[in-house]
Amino acid sequence: MRGLSRRFGSFVAVDDLSFSVKQGEIFGFLGANGAGKSTTIRMLCGLLRPSSGTALVGGIDVSRDPEGVKRRIGYMSQKFSLYEALTVDQNIRFFGGIYGLSQERLEARRSFVLDMSGLTGRGHTLTRELPGGWRQRLALGCAILHEPSIVFLDEPTGGVDPLSRRRFWDLIGELSRQGVTVLVTTHYLDEAEHCHRIAIIQAGKLAAMGTASELKQVFASRPILEVHAGKPVEAMDFLDHHEAVEKTSLFGTAVHAVLRSDAVQPDAIKRSLEAQGITVHSIGLVSPSLEDVFLDVVERVGAA
Amino acid sequence: MRKIIAVGTKELRQILRDKRTLLILLFIPAFFLLLYGYALNFDIRNVSLVVRDQDRSTKSRELVSAFVNSGYFNLVGYLDSDREIDRLINEGRVRTVLTIPSGLERRLALRQPVIVQVIIDGDNANTASVVMGYARALIGEYSAAQTGSRESGAGSPVQIAGTVPQISVEPRVWYNPQLRSTLFLVPGLIAYIAMITAVVSTALSVVREKERGTMEQVRMAPISPLPYIIGKTLPYLAISFVSALMIIFSAMLLFELPMRGSWWLLCGSIGLFLVGAQAQGLLISTIAQTQQVAFQVALLSSLLPTMILSGFIFPISSMPAVVQAITHIVPARYFIVALRSIVLKGTDITAFWQDLVALAIFATVALGLASVRLRREWS
Repeated sequence: MRGLSRRFGSFVAVDDLSFSVKQGEIFGFLGANGAGKSTTIRMLCGLLRPSSGTALVGGIDVSRDPEGVKRRIGYMSQKFSLYEALTVDQNIRFFGGIYGLSQERLEARRSFVLDMSGLTGRGHTLTRELPGGWRQRLALGCAILHEPSIVFLDEPTGGVDPLSRRRFWDLIGELSRQGVTVLVTTHYLDEAEHCHRIAIIQAGKLAAMGTASELKQVFASRPILEVHAGKPVEAMDFLDHHEAVEKTSLFGTAVHAVLRSDAVQPDAIKRSLEAQGITVHSIGLVSPSLEDVFLDVVERVGAA
Repeated sequence: MRKIIAVGTKELRQILRDKRTLLILLFIPAFFLLLYGYALNFDIRNVSLVVRDQDRSTKSRELVSAFVNSGYFNLVGYLDSDREIDRLINEGRVRTVLTIPSGLERRLALRQPVIVQVIIDGDNANTASVVMGYARALIGEYSAAQTGSRESGAGSPVQIAGTVPQISVEPRVWYNPQLRSTLFLVPGLIAYIAMITAVVSTALSVVREKERGTMEQVRMAPISPLPYIIGKTLPYLAISFVSALMIIFSAMLLFELPMRGSWWLLCGSIGLFLVGAQAQGLLISTIAQTQQVAFQVALLSSLLPTMILSGFIFPISSMPAVVQAITHIVPARYFIVALRSIVLKGTDITAFWQDLVALAIFATVALGLASVRLRREWS
């Protein structure tokens, strides 16, 4: 994919994006809402025409042969778009039908999907009666009925309980081991850790890309201090003006402060906090999470 | 082809699952027919009548019984003075007052003109003019009978106030000799009901998929818009078709609707009309983004023109020229002409082929526009 752009009127949703994804890779897209993740995926699926640039999906040019692309990919969106008034079986048959599967192949794939989504024996259940996690796995099953080599998942885990999300990522890992390339967008940053590589998109531009540990390298010489204090907001306010602190952010009830160098002693910070009358329950260096990376990247791009 | 079947099967299953919609599609038409067939009746019967008979003679009683025996009037009573007329009419207890002057029999014998007064409550102009017509015809008949029996050429001796019949008209109505408005209305009703169900159900079924996001999922599959749309609309075509035939059958059963023409022509016309209506529904679905909007646009664009501008209830020939011009783009207009020709007259296609051509043009244009818009939305 090279120099891919999409404009809506004067609004540039995706601006000159270039990257490539290897076969069997799980590639994650991170970005705030409206950053251009979905637009990028829709272009790659042949649903939207790129305004400029080219994208090869499975070796096929998206703007030349969108139908050819559609035959080779699977797509699932956050809405898990199944027909809720139909049974599990009827949904599978419908999607098998529009993908042009033969009768025998459909039978084989049907039992595979039922097995994969843990719905064996429940083929006659109405889809609307299924809990979210099952529906989500069924939607994934319907999206890969035709055994595509590339699967696009647009925020596939929205509104699903943590256990189901876990099982879903196990399925994605399974697909990847079978050689299926998976492109996934998410805004659960903990999920992004499952990805082999991650691209952070901000305002339609590629802000950072690499493996999770590569991305965390931006904090190599800038340790992160996690502070649990009695008055987190005041603590944050104080740390913001501290000479050793680059910036702060709130993580639940804790404050993360990015230090300017690894020479700074946490104990010194603690003392200065206590000098302000702020009780410090605990203070210590933590390894950066993807959320730290994401916030850092987004901030830097936003400031530039 | 397999894809069309897959989409069609899915759509049919959805419809079958949604029992409420199915009931609405199949039985509301029959219900409408009952409602409209019985209530929307322009024939006026049982008009309440009081008589102020100042003559009290054999001749005057003959005139009263002519009114009563016509079946249109319902004799409520006699009046002894004029004073009560106002009150009776104002209270709405009486629609018509017939006043026979004294000396009717004597003057008839002398062949002198007599003036009979008929007072009609004019609060409903339509009813009043129909009742006026009845009264005029009855008195005309009565007066003709009087002169006929005396072989006199002196003209009508009994006249209704203010009118002097110069020319006698002998009306003869073909195809619907009793002038029963129900028979006249049934073809219009079929158009009306079929239009609503076809336009509304097609528009809603497509917009529902847009709203739920299933449309996007389908667009991700290697299926082009054409088989998708064919598969989606065929079940609705079949259902609308069945419900149109059900209206015809129930009208034949309940209202003795004759079916004088060919069933093939009938089915062909219905099919052509429905395809156009579905194309209109599709077009609406490409414009509307929510089911609510789609429903309103579909209802307005199908119900109002079909009701008002098609000649279903109001004759096109009595509309102003501008409105008449507009009626040319209302498909129901042509469909009603074709249906009336087939069902009531039993004429063959030579009588109304232009109307079928107009229907075909409408269907083609609507389909063309819908497919252009769909294609744009699809890619």
